[in-house]
Amino acid sequence: MKLSPSLERFINWVEGEDVFPVPEAKPVPRARKAPARRRRKTGAPFFRPGKTLPVVYDMIAVIVCITVILTLLITVSWLPRFGGETNPHLNEVYARYIESGLDEAGAVNTVAGMILDYRAFDTLGESNVLFIAVCSVLILLRADRKEKDGSLNIPELQIPWSAPSEDPVFRASAYILVPATALFGIYVVLNGHLSAGGGFSGGAVIGASMILYVNAFGWEKMDRFFTYNTYKWIMFFSLITYTVLKTWSFYTGANGIESGIPLGNPGAILSSGLILPLNICVGLVVACTMYSFYALFRKGGIGNGK
Amino acid sequence: MNLAVAFLLGFLIVCAAAVALTKNLLAAVLIQMGYSTIMSVIWLLLESPDLAITEAAVGAGVTSILFFVALLRIGAIARARKEERKK
Amino acid sequence: MLCSGREESEMGSNLTFNYYEVASVVVFSIGFTMLFLNKNLIKKAIGFNFMDSAIFLFLASNGYITGRISPILSNGVTSSEQYINPIPAGLVLTGIVVSVSVTAFFLALITRLYSHYHTLDMDELIAHSRTEADL
Repeated sequence: MKLSPSLERFINWVEGEDVFPVPEAKPVPRARKAPARRRRKTGAPFFRPGKTLPVVYDMIAVIVCITVILTLLITVSWLPRFGGETNPHLNEVYARYIESGLDEAGAVNTVAGMILDYRAFDTLGESNVLFIAVCSVLILLRADRKEKDGSLNIPELQIPWSAPSEDPVFRASAYILVPATALFGIYVVLNGHLSAGGGFSGGAVIGASMILYVNAFGWEKMDRFFTYNTYKWIMFFSLITYTVLKTWSFYTGANGIESGIPLGNPGAILSSGLILPLNICVGLVVACTMYSFYALFRKGGIGNGK
Repeated sequence: MNLAVAFLLGFLIVCAAAVALTKNLLAAVLIQMGYSTIMSVIWLLLESPDLAITEAAVGAGVTSILFFVALLRIGAIARARKEERKK
Repeated sequence: MLCSGREESEMGSNLTFNYYEVASVVVFSIGFTMLFLNKNLIKKAIGFNFMDSAIFLFLASNGYITGRISPILSNGVTSSEQYINPIPAGLVLTGIVVSVSVTAFFLALITRLYSHYHTLDMDELIAHSRTEADL
């Protein structure tokens, strides 16, 4: 019975064949007996882990690890009791967030109200961290040249441009799973202020659905609606919108002006002031980030061969 | 301290030890995926549903996929070198 | 809910009661030894991931109070005696997403290093780079 190649590969993995071989640790080459070798400018001999006695290195490493473990365990035994009611971290900050959270932020979900209203500056920094991470991975992994047919000139990554998956079971299940997952992700993002969820969770789910789509249906179909330009403009507008909205909030709060943003009925979707637009911005940033990581690793570019 | 919590925490420690001792890289990544899933259940026991959804989507989803794709790319590079050497 | 009536704890007194913290410290130290003693770069990346995850478990288990429910206000009850502390959960939410960014960056570095040096072993990498620098 002829199996599809992906199924054969999976069976080889399960049977323990060496699909991802671990390279053998070859003995480290000795330094060549060059007659007159120039020393480094600093003059001090540097530490060569292969030449120094490996036994000493291993022993010191083991002693350091055991010291760290014992110190941490002793510290844990000093900590206040788990789940206690008079622990030191239960002070007036926590009481303020819960008691006045509904009146000041308008969010039923206190965690979302805290990270997007009271401590929204930290969330802006975190979105920037995601953006910087994608920029760094882009610098490292983006492939340079492009063939005429759109595939990239990396010999080991010869993925044809429009390569949907050949497995019919996978494609049939993706027809059902991709819209369901994307819808669930959008629901989680929009309901961040009402129940569990928020921008981070929903964005990760949307990103996962995009990865599933690109695996099942091929890169050409993904390129119809998500190119490099799309990614660029989505990230730019999400971060700028977040900054502008929160700048307005900081400005009116610092100068004692009434901010004109209505808080609405707690429990309705259109409530809690700015938390819903901020959740959408954060969700878009996280979804694009998750998909871009996958695309950069798999293909060397975020869509369109760029 | 009931039995379910003890079982789950013991599972975490056993997963971590198993990853440290295995030599096969694919097995290590798979066990880390299982660790993330159990961690997601522990977040629910600690009454944080936001963290549970995020950990399930990010830990057992995106991070493990990134590890698989990185292993694929390294394996692909190694295979291309072997073919070059054969020529 | 002010900070009063804190009990003095002796050394070793709460070790069997803080089981979440003990588990997180054990996983942290296993990840730390993986980062330190393994030569394979992918194992170091996995160890780093374990360390991150253990720290999140430690942080969020400090916010739990026995007998109370999650901080989603239900039935309009806004008394702070009913809910757990939401602050550590907010910190961990940011941390989980930062952890995936750091893992992705680490893996990208490993991929580029592999395509240049063709080895995943740390000792060989250092030896090759030293011999390259001496040339």
